[in-house]
Amino acid sequence: MDFATFLVQCLNAVQYGLLLFLLASGLTLIFGIMGVINLAHGSFYMLGAYMAFGLAPFFGGNFIGMLLVGVLLAAAFGYLLEWLFFSYLYQREHLQQVLMTYALILVFEELRSLLAGNDVHGVQAPAWLAGSIALGELMSYPVYRLFASAACIVIALGLYALVNHTRLGMMVRAGASNRDMVRGLGINIKLLYRGVFAAGVALAALAGMIAAPMSSVYPGMGGSVLIICFVVVVIGGIGSITGALIASLLVGFVDTFGKVFFAEYSGVGVYLLMAVVLVWRPQGLMKRSY
Amino acid sequence: MADAPALQATTLTRRFGGLTAVNAVSLSLHVGEVHAVIGTNGAGKSTLVNLLSGELATDEGHVTLGAHDVTHWPQPKRARAGIGRSYQRSTLFGEFSVLENCRLSAQSALQRPWHVWQSASRCDQSLAVAQEVLATTGLADVASRIAGTLSHGQKRQLEVAMCLATRPQVLLLDEPLAGMGAEETERMLALLQSLKPTHAVLLIEHDMDAVFRVADRITVMVDGQVIASDVPGRIRTHPEVLRAYLGEAFA
Amino acid sequence: MTAPRLSWWVPVIAALVLLCLPSVLSPYAQGLVAKIMVYAVFALSLELLVGTTGLVSLGHAAFLGIGAYVTVLAAPESGGNALIWLMPLAMLAAAVYAVAVGLLSLRTQGVYFIMVTLAFAQMAYFVFHDTKLAGGSDGLYLYVRPVLGLGSITLLDPAEGRQLYVLVWAVLVATYALLALLTRSRFGHALAGIRVNEQRMRAAGYRTQHYKLAAFVIAGALAGLAGCLLAVKDGVVNPELLSWHESGAVLLMLILGGLGHLRGAVIGAVAFTLLKEFFASEGLVGPLAAHWQLSLGVSIIVLVAALPRGLMGLRSLWRPRG
Repeated sequence: MDFATFLVQCLNAVQYGLLLFLLASGLTLIFGIMGVINLAHGSFYMLGAYMAFGLAPFFGGNFIGMLLVGVLLAAAFGYLLEWLFFSYLYQREHLQQVLMTYALILVFEELRSLLAGNDVHGVQAPAWLAGSIALGELMSYPVYRLFASAACIVIALGLYALVNHTRLGMMVRAGASNRDMVRGLGINIKLLYRGVFAAGVALAALAGMIAAPMSSVYPGMGGSVLIICFVVVVIGGIGSITGALIASLLVGFVDTFGKVFFAEYSGVGVYLLMAVVLVWRPQGLMKRSY
Repeated sequence: MADAPALQATTLTRRFGGLTAVNAVSLSLHVGEVHAVIGTNGAGKSTLVNLLSGELATDEGHVTLGAHDVTHWPQPKRARAGIGRSYQRSTLFGEFSVLENCRLSAQSALQRPWHVWQSASRCDQSLAVAQEVLATTGLADVASRIAGTLSHGQKRQLEVAMCLATRPQVLLLDEPLAGMGAEETERMLALLQSLKPTHAVLLIEHDMDAVFRVADRITVMVDGQVIASDVPGRIRTHPEVLRAYLGEAFA
Repeated sequence: MTAPRLSWWVPVIAALVLLCLPSVLSPYAQGLVAKIMVYAVFALSLELLVGTTGLVSLGHAAFLGIGAYVTVLAAPESGGNALIWLMPLAMLAAAVYAVAVGLLSLRTQGVYFIMVTLAFAQMAYFVFHDTKLAGGSDGLYLYVRPVLGLGSITLLDPAEGRQLYVLVWAVLVATYALLALLTRSRFGHALAGIRVNEQRMRAAGYRTQHYKLAAFVIAGALAGLAGCLLAVKDGVVNPELLSWHESGAVLLMLILGGLGHLRGAVIGAVAFTLLKEFFASEGLVGPLAAHWQLSLGVSIIVLVAALPRGLMGLRSLWRPRG
C-alpha cells in the first residue's frame, strides 16, 4: 500500500470514527445520566438523513443553514419525545426499556415508510463542498469528507468545552457519575434530563444529516449503525465522552482498514476488537473499576 | 488464645484514586474470640471487611486463612474455605421464604449440582442445616414467611443465620445490631456469646455498650489506620482512642 | 419456591390437547401451530436465561440461526435418516458459540451485557450475510428433508405435515419437561438465587460465573434445537434468522407471556405469533396490514406498559393474592 492510499484510508477512518462519535456521545450521555438504554437511537440518525433529503431542496447551497435548522428541529423532536415517552421509562427495568424502545423502532420505521416511502434516496453535497482536492500526484480526496470530519471536530470541541468548562457541563458530568446525588442537590432534574435527551437526539440527527451525501438515505440505515454505536459505548465505557471518542476512532480504523485487508470478513473486525477489550478491561477503556 | 489465628490480615492496604481507605492494617482472628473493630464513620471498617471477605482486592498486604494464603482468592472460594460474612445493609433473597434463604445458602456446600432430577425443596441435607440455623437464631417460627416481609430486626437475624448456614469457621459481622431494639440486641449478643467457642468472630459495631460486653479484643481505626488494638479494659483508657473520639482536650 | 404453582396436570392436559389438535385443523392452521410450537421452544430456551437467571440477552437469535444453518449445511443431499444426529449436532454447534460468547459477555453486567450479546449476535449475522460460507444474503435451501428414524425404520418424516407437527410437539414437550426439571432442581434454585441477589450467592460460596455460563450454554443449545426444527420445517434458512429483530421478538414473547414461568414463555410465543398474524392479515385489518410493524409496535408499547407481568399477570388481577 503506497503512502497516498494509506493517507486516504486514514482520512476515511478518521471521518467514519468522528461521525460515530457524534452518535455514540449522545447514546452514552443518555445512558450515563438517565440510565435508559435506547434502542431507537439509530432511528434518530435515520431521521437526520431523511431530514437532509427533505430539506435539501429548500436550502439550495446553504448547507450550514440546513444543518442548523435540522439540529433545531431534531432537538425539538427529542424534547417532545422525552416528555411524552422516555420520561416514563426511567424507573423501569432494563428489559422493559429494551422492549419499549424496540417497539419504538418499529413505529419509526413504519412512519418513515408512510411519510417517505421505501426507496433509496441520494442527497447531493452542496456545490461549494463538491469535488475533490489533490493529495500528491495520483490521489484526490473528496472535499465533502474533509468538511464532514472538520464539522465533527468542531462539534466535538464544543461538546468538550461544554461538558468540562461550564456549569451545565458540570451538572451533566455529576449526573453521569451519580444520578441520585444530583437529584439531592436540588437541580431541576426533569429539565436536565429533557435537555440531555434533546441534545442526544440532535447529535444523532446531525450525524445523519452530515452522513447523508456520503452514504445515501435508505430504510434500515438506523439499525446497522446502532449496533456499532453500542460497540463503541461498550469499548469506551458508559458515560464517558472521552471514552466514546477514543473508541469511535478505534472502531473507525479497525473497520476501514479491515475492509481494505480482509474484504468480506471485515464486518467481523469491530466485534473482535470488542472481544479483546472485554478480555482486557470489561468495564470499558475509560471507566475505572473498583 | 495463643494458638494459631483462624484468619490473619497483614498490612492490608487499599486505595481508591487518591484516597487510602485502608492503610497497612493488620489484625488476627482466633477461634473462641470476638474481635471488635470500631472507629468513626469513614474510618475504613467496611472496606476492611470487604478486603477480608474477598469482595475487594488488596493493593498491598496478605490475608491468611488457617494455612492458606487467600490474598488472591475470589470471594466464593474464600466462602467455601470457611469465611462467612453478614452485610451492613441486609442482603437477603427478598422474594424467597426465610427457610429457602437459609437452605439456598446451605446448598452451596453440597457437591454435584448437576444432579438435576432431585427437587431442591426436598433436599434433606440443606433443609436440615437451614432448620438448624433458624432454630439457633430464633427464627424457626417465621420460616415460611417471605423474607422481604420481615421486620428490620428479624432481617438482621436472618442475615446472621444465612452467614451461619455455610458452616464457616470465621464470621465477619458488619454491624449486625444496626437499628435493633433492646430486646433484639440482647438476643443477638446471647447468640454471639454462644457462637464464640467454636468460631472466630470479627464484629464491626457502633453500639459501644454491646462491644464492651461481648468483645475479647478491640481494634480502633481512624482514617484507615489502626490507632490501638488491645483488650477492652485498656482501650477504654487509651489516650489515642480518647483523642479520636472525644477530642484533644481529653487526651 | 414462592409463586403458587398450578397443578402439574395443566401442562399435561395442554400437551394432550395440542397433540390431538391437527385432527380438527386445516393444513394452514396446522402449519401455524407447528410454527408457534417451534417458537415456543425458542422462547423457553431464553426463559431459562432471562426469567430464571436474570440475564437479559439481546442476541439469542444467533443460536437459533446457527442451529438452523448447521442443520442445512450438514444434512446429507439425499436426505436419509439424519435427524437423529442432526438435532444434537445443531445443539452442539450452538453450544460451542454460546461458550465463546458466554465467556466474553459474562465479564459484563446489566446494560453492558445486553449490548455485548447483541453485538456478538450481529457478528454471527455478518458471517452468514456477507461471506460466501453459507449462501450469503440469499440463504440456503434444504431440498430433501432428512427423516427421523432408527436404523432402517422411519419414525417421523418432516416432509409430511402431520408428522412434522408430531416431531415439533415431541421436542416442545421434551424441552418443557427438561426445563421444569432444571428449574426445580438445586441448579435451578441456584440460578434463581443469582437472579435475586448475586452478591449473596457469592458470599455463600457459589461460583456464580460457572452457573451463569452453564445457563447461557444450555439456553443456547436449546435455541439451536429450535433452529434445527425451523430449518426442517421451512426447508430454507437465511441470515435474517440471526438478526436483532428476531432477538427482540423472542424477548417480547417472554415479557408478553410473563417472565419467571415456563408457561409464560409458551403463552408469549402463542400471543406474539398470533398478534403478528393478525396485524399482517388483510382479511382482518384491511389496509393496515401493509403497515403491520406500526400496529405491532404500538400494541407492544401498550401491552408492556399495561401488563408489566405479562399475560400471566392477568390472573392476579382477578384473584388478588392475600
